[in-house]
Amino acid sequence: MLALHNYLIVSAILFAIGTIGVLTRRNAIVMFMCVEMMLNAVNLTFIAFSRYLGNIDGQVFVFFVMTVAAAEAAVGLALMIAFYKNRESIDVEDINIMKL
Amino acid sequence: MFDLVWLIPLCPLIGSVINGLLGKKIKNETIIGGIAAGSVFASFMVACGILFQLLSLPAEQRVFEKTIFTWIQSGNFKADIGFLIDPLSAIMLMVVTGIGFLIHLYSIGYMHGEEGFYRYFCYLNLFTFSMLCLVAGNNLLLMFIGWEGVGLCSYLLIGYYFHKKSAGDAGKKAFVMNRVGDFGFLLGLFTLFWYLGGTHNVWTVNFRELAANADLIPAGALVTAVCLFFFIGATGKSAQIPLYTWLPDAMEGPTPVSALIHAATMVTAGVYMIARMNFLYIKSPTALLVIACVGAATALFAATIGTAQNDIKRVLAYSTVSQLGYMFLAMGVGAFGAGVFHLMTHAFFKACLFLGSGSVIHGMHHALHHEHSDADPQDMRNMGGLKSKMPITFITFLLATIAIAGIPGFAGFFSKDEILWQAFANPHHHQANILLWAAGAVAAGLTAFYMFRLVFMTFFGKTRLSDKAFHHLHESPWVITVPLVVLAFLSVVGGYIGVPAVIGHTFGNFPNYFELWLDPVFAYSKHYVEASGAHGVHNVALEWGLMGVSVLIACGGIGLAAALYLINPGFPEKFVAAFPVLHRAVYNKWYVDEIYDFMIVNPCKSLGQFLWRGFDVVVVDGMVNGVAATVRGFSGLFRHVQTGFVHNYAFTMVAGVVLIVGVYLFR
Repeated sequence: MLALHNYLIVSAILFAIGTIGVLTRRNAIVMFMCVEMMLNAVNLTFIAFSRYLGNIDGQVFVFFVMTVAAAEAAVGLALMIAFYKNRESIDVEDINIMKL
Repeated sequence: MFDLVWLIPLCPLIGSVINGLLGKKIKNETIIGGIAAGSVFASFMVACGILFQLLSLPAEQRVFEKTIFTWIQSGNFKADIGFLIDPLSAIMLMVVTGIGFLIHLYSIGYMHGEEGFYRYFCYLNLFTFSMLCLVAGNNLLLMFIGWEGVGLCSYLLIGYYFHKKSAGDAGKKAFVMNRVGDFGFLLGLFTLFWYLGGTHNVWTVNFRELAANADLIPAGALVTAVCLFFFIGATGKSAQIPLYTWLPDAMEGPTPVSALIHAATMVTAGVYMIARMNFLYIKSPTALLVIACVGAATALFAATIGTAQNDIKRVLAYSTVSQLGYMFLAMGVGAFGAGVFHLMTHAFFKACLFLGSGSVIHGMHHALHHEHSDADPQDMRNMGGLKSKMPITFITFLLATIAIAGIPGFAGFFSKDEILWQAFANPHHHQANILLWAAGAVAAGLTAFYMFRLVFMTFFGKTRLSDKAFHHLHESPWVITVPLVVLAFLSVVGGYIGVPAVIGHTFGNFPNYFELWLDPVFAYSKHYVEASGAHGVHNVALEWGLMGVSVLIACGGIGLAAALYLINPGFPEKFVAAFPVLHRAVYNKWYVDEIYDFMIVNPCKSLGQFLWRGFDVVVVDGMVNGVAATVRGFSGLFRHVQTGFVHNYAFTMVAGVVLIVGVYLFR
């Protein structure tokens, strides 16, 4: 069995990739996927600590996070479809009508 | 009967409310007019009952106070809604309700077919209510309510034809000038209240309590100030110099309004107020002298203007100002009874004159209307020879004119002569007396002159109307002529209840009933003067002589009017041509309005303009707009944060998280 720090390193790498993706990509779907990746990086951390500490609470939390992520995916994709119908684009640079 | 006194003001108030709220739906002029006139008639009946009950009591018991409810209570101070019945207020109640009823009746005919018929009667009843509160109220505050109420109704009725700009302006002028006076009234009230309460712990505004505590007020600067403050109020309401200019302009209102408000009742409120407060005025010779001088000056000054006016109502308006001057002259020489007597006789003959002029205008209006002429129906230069067409109007008008001119035997003679004699003989203003008398006597001559000028120009001579219009001229209906006849009758016989003592003694033992009747009201003043040891002139021969002089002056005025306007009608034009400057000055009312405009109205307007453009726009609006501009400036700085780019928001969030975590880790 691998030591705890291996899982944490992978998790940190995944989280960093997700963060950089959110900050740099313009395609809303890709950004959305990056957010999902960040969430799953956190999930991995939860699981690892749960096993390490022998405490089931972390795994319960992961279920909540997955549920929220599923709901978020549904709402987020619906928003993107609505936006695409309006603008024929899902580039976030085009989402600027709130600007003065 | 005394317990029913509250009905007197209440009836017109109910009539006013009914006509005001439902008049538009009722529409029927007979019902509306009936409600209005009927409510005043009910008050008149109650007032008659009260008068008879007072008459049946011995003189010293003729006072009664009826409290309806406590209005204001604060510590020791209490003001009631209550009514004071004494000989003075009984006289005023009779005049207001009696003449008020006749004028309501007259108005039904005069206002026939007018748009806003119900509105007119609503206001007129409201006026009667306010006036009755003024004269019957048992304290200064209730009097002030009535004082303001009559001012309001006066404003509403002057501006009755509000679609005419001149009527609206006249209403505003009357209201503003009255407000100036009302300010004086309030100052007087406050000063009196503050002094009695602060110094003697007598917190009251009740007339009887004030009179009972009159001894606490020493003669001196304070009582003079109080009296003069109240007198400023009186000059506004009763159209005396310097606040008289609103009254001639008030003729823009319907003629019955001029008769009721601007001749018989409201404008006499100042005289009534001084008579009511006589126990204060008698203590201040300075205030009395000021009042006497203002009264005499007004009587003379307004009479001169009256000689050159061509509008029939304007002549009567200046005549009213002049006659009010006589009443104040009487007040100023301490002859309170004579002043109130002249108030009453003046109410008779001046109401008759105004209603008569209304009848003439009514007839002229219809005659000119038939001819589709737009000539002014109020201009005497368009009249002449009306006596054959309007006999009842003519006779009644002539009788009232004789009364005002001071021909012996008619009401005006007795009251005016009493005032003139008191002006000469009073014990208050030794050196000034002869001047006061002279001013009054000259004004009496002028009065006789301009009143007969009016009669000759209107009713005598050859008509200046076209034949067709003259043919259509006819006498007014009975609702108009009946009040005229009643008032003319009173103008003839009304004087006999107050025959001056000197005449009464000559023709058998015939006392001055009016003086005796009012004696209890002025008892304090009488004792005060007697205690001070001042003596007036008592000389029967002199009194007869002066009476003869004033009658001669009056006859001279009539003769002059007859010579100029009846026998030699071409002369006035020649006179005007010979003295154009004098005529223009008199015709333009000595340019007093222009002087007031220049000295007061225009500076006030400029100040208003400055406060608007300089203060309101710059400072007040500047402050409000400045707050808004500051907020907008700051939000302008911060709104750059809202770029609209999702990346920026995301970066900000990440940076924030890094910051917070960093602080958490490395602190």
